[in-house]
Amino acid sequence: MLNITEKILARASGRPKVSPDDVVFVNVDKVMVHDVSGPGVMAVFEKLEKGGMKIDRLWDPDKVWVAEDHFVPAADKISAQNVVLLTNFTRQFGIKKHFKYGMGQYGICHTLSHEEAMVLPGEVYVGGDSHTNTTGALGAFAAGLGHTDVAYVMLNGKIWFKVPETLYFKLNGKLPDYVMAKDFILKIIGDIGTDGATYKTMQFGGAGISEMSVEERLTLTNMTTEAGAKSGIIEPDQKIRDYLAARGVTKYNEVHGDDDAQYEQVYEYNASELEPIVAKPFSPENIVAARELSSIDLDKAYIGSCTGAKLEDLRAVAKILKGRTVKIRTEILPAAISIFRKAMDEGLLKIFMDAGVVVGPPTCGACCGAHMGVLAKDEVCISTTNRNFPGRMGHIESKTYLASPLVTAASAVTGKITDPRDLK
Amino acid sequence: MKGSVIKYEKDNIDTDVILPGPYLKIHDYNELAKHAMEGLDKDFHKKVKPGDFIVAGKNFGCGSSREHAPIALSCSGIKAVLALSFARIFYRNAVDGAFLLPIEIDENAFRDISNGDSLEIDTSENEIKNLTKNKSYKMKPFPELIGKIIAAGGLFNYKP
Repeated sequence: MLNITEKILARASGRPKVSPDDVVFVNVDKVMVHDVSGPGVMAVFEKLEKGGMKIDRLWDPDKVWVAEDHFVPAADKISAQNVVLLTNFTRQFGIKKHFKYGMGQYGICHTLSHEEAMVLPGEVYVGGDSHTNTTGALGAFAAGLGHTDVAYVMLNGKIWFKVPETLYFKLNGKLPDYVMAKDFILKIIGDIGTDGATYKTMQFGGAGISEMSVEERLTLTNMTTEAGAKSGIIEPDQKIRDYLAARGVTKYNEVHGDDDAQYEQVYEYNASELEPIVAKPFSPENIVAARELSSIDLDKAYIGSCTGAKLEDLRAVAKILKGRTVKIRTEILPAAISIFRKAMDEGLLKIFMDAGVVVGPPTCGACCGAHMGVLAKDEVCISTTNRNFPGRMGHIESKTYLASPLVTAASAVTGKITDPRDLK
Repeated sequence: MKGSVIKYEKDNIDTDVILPGPYLKIHDYNELAKHAMEGLDKDFHKKVKPGDFIVAGKNFGCGSSREHAPIALSCSGIKAVLALSFARIFYRNAVDGAFLLPIEIDENAFRDISNGDSLEIDTSENEIKNLTKNKSYKMKPFPELIGKIIAAGGLFNYKP
């Protein structure tokens, strides 16, 4: 009667079973930091050492991996210094998996987590970033933590969790044309609110999820963070096995929930009733049908981030931009260099450039207001990213509308918020 | 624990306004403190005093996992945030890093407490005394493990 999350946490805590609200210390399989949380963890180490603790090795450097994504290419002197610190850190502790910006494979941490098969089904994965939830789409327990907790994991290999209640979202039927996973998850967040899943797990299932591609599933789990969830998860199936096999990984211990698994609540959605959705400023729960916003004038379209710049997101954008030109400033930042390369091989980059778009390097960039195209006062942006809080993408008085890659691309073509079904 | 209240009558105060993204590259705690709450209240840095409490609505600290958020508040002098509810990562960062106490209060206390009120908080009795209004409220008790981590002075000092 255990669901997948409870089974993973039971195994990781060495118990036959766990129930919601049990507080357990779980053994962690993988831990990730990036150029913001890495230096944060180092600051915690420094504080501990000042307090007399001797730190000369990590619990298991082979289970730690590192990405550079928030402030690369170095936005200024401090960001450049943080990347140097990160390099010193991985060298000092013998961490081999460090995805260095501009060297081989690199990109946004959450994208690398699946693109490079850094995390596998059945594992407990924690990361120093709130969107760590993303990787749960592979059938792992994946949750974001702060610097102190990540430092604790790096030294002890375990961390406490309160076993979450699970909300189960069942999608009946296949999503219609022009409706993407982003529309589905925005609809859910609109329904349950940005605190609707606080401390809980959001699990997705049903025929509509079986039909859905792995990359689209990742959009769902990615944005569970925006409903306050501890984690998002989907039971692994043949599509996950094929996805991992294509990346050379075939050995792992899949975990599945029991047939009579318990959920706190089950929500059912019919795919045929879903439509292109936009979240208005300043909250991802502030949703409305894209068609109702057709009078909103835009200054910019942004296609990037772990949420909305995977290969299929770029394909969706290309489908709209092919043979058209953009009417507003439009940036496309593929989420990893491997995706950039595939987009190039498939001819997508030519479509983007013919449309007049600027294509940038893989980085979190303006999604978190860091650099690479942040917004000015009163500027209005439509974006494939995950948050539209005040000041998130730049000036505190800028405005961001969150949408799917299809809606964002259609809007880039017209300069107004546009339902892709209405594009001439 | 005694201090006065800075109140924000607002739900969903997210970590992007508690400590805006561009400052994430900073790891100097005192420098971070200068930018605390900048996205919501530009004057926060001027008005906050050591020992003050923040009172806010639902889902305080939602959004990013940045530990910079509780650090910036703590280094500004904030000893506790009293809110109707908290986002999970902010809550555990505050407790595990021993930066400040995340205290859950009920609607009645939230409505009753005003900006500038002087409070005395006794976590052993789960009691909040409003010295200005001569009233008292109950806080939601900390779950067992959280109470132990707080008593130990953070996760690294806690022995399971």
